[in-house]
Amino acid sequence: MAGSGTAHLRDREDIVLSVEDLVVEFPLGGGRKVHAVSSVSFDLAEGETLGLVGESGCGKSTTGRAVMQVPRPTGGSVRLRGADLTGLSGEALRRTRTQLQMIFQDPISSLNPRRKVRDIIGEGLSIWRPDADAAESRKRVDELLDAVGLDPETSGDRRAHQFSGGQCQRICIARSLVLDPDVLICDEPVSALDVSVQAQILNLLEDMKARYGLTMLFIAHDLAVVKNISDRVAVMYLGKICEVGTADAVYARPAHPYTNALLASVPRPDPEARAPSAPLEGDVPSPIDPPSGCRFRTRCPKAQERCAAEEPLVREIGPDHFIACHFPVDAPEAPASLDERSTAASSS
Amino acid sequence: MTPIAAAGSASRPGGPEGGGPLLEVRDLHTLFDTPRGIVRAVDGVSIAVDRGRTLGIVGESGSGKTVLSRSVMNLLPKRAALPADGEILFEERDLRALTNKQMREYWGPQLAMVFQDPMTSLNPVVKIGRQITEALREHLDLGRKEAQVQAVDLLRSVGIPAPERRLAEYPHQLSGGMRQRVTIAIALSCSPKLLLADEPTTALDVTVQAQILDLLARQQQERHMSMVLVTHDLGVVANRTDEIAVMYAGQIVEKAPTRTLFRSMRHPYTEALMRSIPRIENPSHTRLDAIPGRPPDLAKLPVGCRFAPRCANAQPRCLEENPPLFTDDEPRHEFRCFFPVGTPAGDEARQRNARAGRTAAGIDMSTLTKASA
Repeated sequence: MAGSGTAHLRDREDIVLSVEDLVVEFPLGGGRKVHAVSSVSFDLAEGETLGLVGESGCGKSTTGRAVMQVPRPTGGSVRLRGADLTGLSGEALRRTRTQLQMIFQDPISSLNPRRKVRDIIGEGLSIWRPDADAAESRKRVDELLDAVGLDPETSGDRRAHQFSGGQCQRICIARSLVLDPDVLICDEPVSALDVSVQAQILNLLEDMKARYGLTMLFIAHDLAVVKNISDRVAVMYLGKICEVGTADAVYARPAHPYTNALLASVPRPDPEARAPSAPLEGDVPSPIDPPSGCRFRTRCPKAQERCAAEEPLVREIGPDHFIACHFPVDAPEAPASLDERSTAASSS
Repeated sequence: MTPIAAAGSASRPGGPEGGGPLLEVRDLHTLFDTPRGIVRAVDGVSIAVDRGRTLGIVGESGSGKTVLSRSVMNLLPKRAALPADGEILFEERDLRALTNKQMREYWGPQLAMVFQDPMTSLNPVVKIGRQITEALREHLDLGRKEAQVQAVDLLRSVGIPAPERRLAEYPHQLSGGMRQRVTIAIALSCSPKLLLADEPTTALDVTVQAQILDLLARQQQERHMSMVLVTHDLGVVANRTDEIAVMYAGQIVEKAPTRTLFRSMRHPYTEALMRSIPRIENPSHTRLDAIPGRPPDLAKLPVGCRFAPRCANAQPRCLEENPPLFTDDEPRHEFRCFFPVGTPAGDEARQRNARAGRTAAGIDMSTLTKASA
C-alpha cells in the first residue's frame, strides 16, 4: 500500500498464518525512529507459498523476523493457527515457535562449522523430544538428509565446514524441517548461491513443499525467483505493501506503478528483448522520515496532490489481486477491460 | 568444425581505427600457489577487445572471471604467478612487462576499473571531492580549482544531484547506488580507453542496477571507450555487449558475438546455464533445469573436459581429453566442446546418453536437462 488496509486478508478456514497491521519501529533516540515495517498485513493458507518481494531496505526481512518475534513487533498481531504470538512469552512462545522455522541467506554462516551434520539437524529433536528413541531420531534425521539430496552415510558424520554453499543450504533446509513445522520462512535463501545451484535449491524447496505439505513465506529481492516459487506475491516498498495477488496476475498485469517499474527494470537474458529502461529516478527515501500519504509518491511517475495528502488503502482490482494506489497503471501492453481481465485470471 | 591452431589467432579483427584490437590477451595463465596445491584460476584464456566495443565475461563464482580482469589491470596479489607463455597486450604493449611505477601511468588515462562493492572501493575517511580530484591532478596536471570544476562536471555526468555539495561529503553519507556512481566518476575521470567493470551492479537493487547499466552504456558511447563487463548474470550482458565470453573452471568455454551466442549456443554449459535461470516470462512453479553437481576444484582439475562430470552430452572421449576451442561456420564463434549443442555430433551424443540412461561420467540422464530437440 504504499498504504495500509486489510482488504486482501481472506476469511477462510485454512489460514495458517495471519499477520495484521504489523508495525516494527526501531528507536534512534531523540524521539526519532526508523519506520521499518508500517502496518503490513498478509495471510498464508495451508500449503501456500507467499513471495514477499522488494528492494533492500523495504522491510521484507524485518517482516519475516517480526513474524518469528525476533525482534518483537511494535504493534499488530501475528496469529499462527489462531494463536496470537505477540501475546505469548517464555515457554509458551518457545513451544509455539517450533511450528515456525526459518532459513537464511548465508547458509555457511548459519551452520556451526565444527559440528557434525547429523547433530545440527537433530538438535531440535533432542531439545523437544528428549524422551524419543535415539534410533528413531536418527532415522528421522537420515530420512531428511536423503530428502534434501545428501547421502546420510557419507555426509551425516562430516562437519559443516566441509560442505559447499549449496550443500549447506540443503543442510539448513533439513534442519528446518526436522520438527515438522507449519510454516517455513525463507529469507533470501538462494541469493548467495550461483545460478546453477540456485535452481537446485528452488527445485528442492518445491519438492519439500509437495512432500511435507509446507506453507512458506519466501522473502527475496529477485523478481524471477519469487515468481517461480510463489503462489501469491506481495510487493513491498519502504515498509508498506503496494500490491498483493496471485503470482501470475501480479506479474502479467502489474497495477501499482512501483511493481510496474520494478518489473521493467529486470534485465532479461535475451538480446532481442528491449534493453530494460530505468523508469525510476532517485533513491528510496529514508525510513526515518518517510513521505506523507503514499510512501512511493516521491518517485512515482503518476503522483498527484492527493497522494501526498491521503494514504491509499488496499482495494481489490481483480480476482485475488489487490493494490494500494490512487492512480493505478492502466492495463499494460494488452489493454483489456476489467471483465476480460477477470475471466483471464480466473481461467488461469 | 575446425580446431584453432594457435590460441587467439581467430580473435584478431581489426578495430575501427585499424591497427588491431585495443586489448588483446593471449593464452593467459594466472596461477596461485596455495597449501592445497597450484590453483589454476585462469588457464589459457585469450580475449580481444576492439576500440569502442563491449565484451561481456560471464561465469559463476570461481570461474576465473575476476582474476582475469585483475590480471589485465595488473592488480594481482604477489603470490599470483603468471608463467611466461602468455601476453596481455594493450595497444600492442605487454602490460606484464611494466613495473608498478610504469603501470601507474596506465591506471586512469588508459585502463580503469569499477568494482563490485562501492563501499570497499572508496576510502571511508576521505571526502568524495578529494577521491575524484586526486587522479585528475596526478594525471591531467590540473590545479586545485580546475580539478574541482572538473569533478563537479563528472559527478553531474553520472547523474548525482547537487554535485557541488557532494564533494564535501564522505562515502557513508551516500546510498549504494550513489556510491557506485561516484566510483564510476572516478574511473572515468581521466577518460580511460578501456573500462573494466567487475560485477558493477551485483550489490545494487534492480531499479538502481538498470540506472547504472544505462549510465555505463551512455558514457561508453559518448567517450568511445572500450568496456569489459564482468558478471554472473546473463541478463545483464544480453542487451549491453557486442561479444560474450563464457568462462567455466578457469577457461573460456564459449565465445561469440552476443546475438550469435543467444541464438545458437554450442557449449552444453552455456545451454545449461541459460536453462537454469528462472524466467520472469514463465508461469510460476515452472520446473527449473538445474545443473547437477558443482564446478571442479581448481587445484585438482579433471583430465578431460572440465564440464564433463555435469554435462548431458558427455562421452568417453570427454573424460580423457580436454577439448580445444573449435569454430564452425561463424569464425568469431568459438567453443570448447567435442559434441556441441545443435550439431549432429552433439545431438547424437545426447541421444546415445538418453538411450543408455546415463552419461559417460555416470550422471543419471533424468536429473539432467531435457534433450534440446
